[in-house]
Amino acid sequence: MRAIGIVLAGGNSYRMKELSQKRAVCAMPIAGSYRSIDFALSNMTNSNIQKVAVLTQYNAGSLNEHLNSSKWWNFGRKQGGLFVFTPTVTAENNFWYRGTADAIAQNLAFLKDSHEPYVVITSGDCVYKLDYNKVLEYHIEKKADITVVCKDMPAGVNVERFGTVRMNEEARIEEFEEKPVVAKSNTISCGIYVIRRRQLIEMIEKSIEEDRFDFVKDILIRYKNMKRIYGYKMNTYWSNIATTEDYFKTNMDFLKKDIRDYFFKEYPDIYSKVDDLPPAKYNYGSKVSNSLVSSGCIVNGEVENSVIFKKAYIGNNCVIKNSIILNDVYIGDNTHIENCIVESHGTLRANSNLVGENGIKIVIENNDRYVI
Amino acid sequence: MQDINSNKLFSQFVHIFRLLCYNFVYINLLVLFWGEYFVEVIGMVKKEMIAMLLAGGQGSRLGVLTTKVAKPAVSFGGKYRIIDFPLSNCINSGVDTVGVLTQYQPLRLNAHIGIGIPWDLDRNIGGVSVLPPYEKMNNSDWYTGTANAIFQNVDYIDSFNPEYVLILSGDHIYKMDYEVMLDFHKEKGAEATIAVMPVPMEEAKRFGIMITDEDRKITDFEEKPENPRSNLASMGIYIFNWKTLKEALITNQNQSALDFGKHIIPYCHDKGCPLYAYEFNGYWKDVGTLQSYWEANMELIDIVPDFNLYEEYWKIYTRAAILPPQYLSEEGFVEKSIIGEGSSIYGKVYNSVIGCGVTIGKDTVVRDSIIMNQSEIGEGCEINKTIIAEDTIVKNNVRTGIGEEVENETDPHIYNHGLVCIGERSIVPSGVTIGKNVCVFGETTDEDYVDKTLASGRTLNKVGGSK
Repeated sequence: MRAIGIVLAGGNSYRMKELSQKRAVCAMPIAGSYRSIDFALSNMTNSNIQKVAVLTQYNAGSLNEHLNSSKWWNFGRKQGGLFVFTPTVTAENNFWYRGTADAIAQNLAFLKDSHEPYVVITSGDCVYKLDYNKVLEYHIEKKADITVVCKDMPAGVNVERFGTVRMNEEARIEEFEEKPVVAKSNTISCGIYVIRRRQLIEMIEKSIEEDRFDFVKDILIRYKNMKRIYGYKMNTYWSNIATTEDYFKTNMDFLKKDIRDYFFKEYPDIYSKVDDLPPAKYNYGSKVSNSLVSSGCIVNGEVENSVIFKKAYIGNNCVIKNSIILNDVYIGDNTHIENCIVESHGTLRANSNLVGENGIKIVIENNDRYVI
Repeated sequence: MQDINSNKLFSQFVHIFRLLCYNFVYINLLVLFWGEYFVEVIGMVKKEMIAMLLAGGQGSRLGVLTTKVAKPAVSFGGKYRIIDFPLSNCINSGVDTVGVLTQYQPLRLNAHIGIGIPWDLDRNIGGVSVLPPYEKMNNSDWYTGTANAIFQNVDYIDSFNPEYVLILSGDHIYKMDYEVMLDFHKEKGAEATIAVMPVPMEEAKRFGIMITDEDRKITDFEEKPENPRSNLASMGIYIFNWKTLKEALITNQNQSALDFGKHIIPYCHDKGCPLYAYEFNGYWKDVGTLQSYWEANMELIDIVPDFNLYEEYWKIYTRAAILPPQYLSEEGFVEKSIIGEGSSIYGKVYNSVIGCGVTIGKDTVVRDSIIMNQSEIGEGCEINKTIIAEDTIVKNNVRTGIGEEVENETDPHIYNHGLVCIGERSIVPSGVTIGKNVCVFGETTDEDYVDKTLASGRTLNKVGGSK
């Protein structure tokens, strides 16, 4: 118990288009059975971090529903626990979270009342497995003030929506640019930070005094020459899902055996809320290939290269290709779906034809499911 | 000094007076809104009805499936275990206090139940308690009969001060609202109510049969009668007034192998207690034999099964250790089957029930089979009408259920109907052919198979145990 955790889960992303209309990005369903925040929370609990705060703001309801019990991630403990902080009006404050640093500042009591020496801060919209203890050890070994987890992106990947860093040979971060127009490096910050708790309190208090509210811009970038900020290189799978393209790609990545095995079979596990759904059922006429199918589904049609989330019903003679069907979708008979993300709880009429041309099509159809 | 003391005394009086006032208001409120909590405020627990679940039986007719686990802990329907059904019925019926009586091979059962989290039975007051037999001052008896097990736990039941006690057995597949049965029990003013279901007249001789008048009052009963006078078969589910049951248990405590059907019900009847039969018309299946176990599993994969797991309002809960979705590969093909979480299917599956975390290799064909959690089937296999228990490894090119049916050499009453049964944690070496009515159990090697073949009717048990 050397560290406490903070999961930044407040954000909305306009790049998620219609998908973020009804939920926070951190509550986006991933890989059939999970939500994106499960990865951060599971990493916390698997790293023996027992006290975790989730800071949420945009469409918090969707996230609260998922976090309805802390026991799924093994946080329901006397020592520690899961704390969900949504902005509230208090005697001193009536603002929404004006930025990541402000979100922490408004809940500074959480930091002040803890006794653990370190804080691990992570964002809730990334898919990855990481033992934070390793980062913490590195942090201590480097005598760093802040350690930033970084990843080298393959050449050709557009890094302009990330923060990019450049490190010297000692791994000290020399340059840090947020969302650069022309990136000078393809090493990006993964949005995971380790910092000493007292140091964080001090820095946050100072920036709020100066009316600065963003953790990256106003703390990391401003202090990079004054404080010892180090980069920890991560070589394993990491993906941010804040655009529809990335969201689609991340889900499709799970059709690859190595990634599937890495997340589903290798120790430690990723945990999620348990839904108690029956096993998936395949009737006559089902023909599923290279796809993930979740519990509670009933499949009567053809599915290819797709990810089918929980409780989906796929009618007779349907053809679903290269698509993502989110939770509790009902697809009527003879429907053709290709290159689509079908929004959860949707009901698609029989004989529909939905094909995403030039990219991914987001399908939101809320027809009456039961015709009386 | 005295002043201070008297002041103290006075303030204490005020305090007590206040407490009384608050309590008065509280009690009134509680009586108004939550009558049943009222007693808790005073300090005594009171549950209207608690359940006692008999889960100690071996279920010897399930062969090697129950060599290492009690029958209630045997897998069912892919991800479930048999005990999930009565436990889920309890919580869905609002019964939040359940004593589970264990005796035979309780390890798996204990691990499965834990503190009852999957069924929401982790409660501050009540919840699930596992009750094994225990040593007493004067004896250290095992549970010798169904009612004897309850008798040895009278103190447990008394600690919840219940009005009614529901007796369940942990080896049936059904969904039942015990609250409706309790309403019936109260409405009839019964002292004991027995759940019954109508069975075909020709099958009635296999059951305990209740003969009732038109008001469903039990006038007589017969155990496995030659010429049944009624077709209402007892389901082994009872509601007793605790007072009545406690008296009956204490009076008959010296009866050996004290049993509900044989001793307690006849005793109550002879005493003139009003006994009623509650008729249940839903799906109910005793999975006592390998054949009925296999059939009940196969019934789940019908297009609209009699026993529907997909109903929203009566969920069946289980301990779910595996969460990820299942993967079906390009070569994979699945038809008329159910498959649990986290399984990977590279072969072809027809008409089967597959558990969680199962791998089925390339070019393998599985038909009419049950494969339980975490088992691994190699490549190029042919699996026919086979029950494969948990954590089993079947290597490549194994064929099962091949050839003519021959009566099983050791246990023809268990291994029949052409079924192949492979026990948990077994290993089947590659390239072997296995016949029908066969039992395989343990880590088998090539030496155990003559010409890479295990003929129909053979039993290959390297673990031992009773079967």
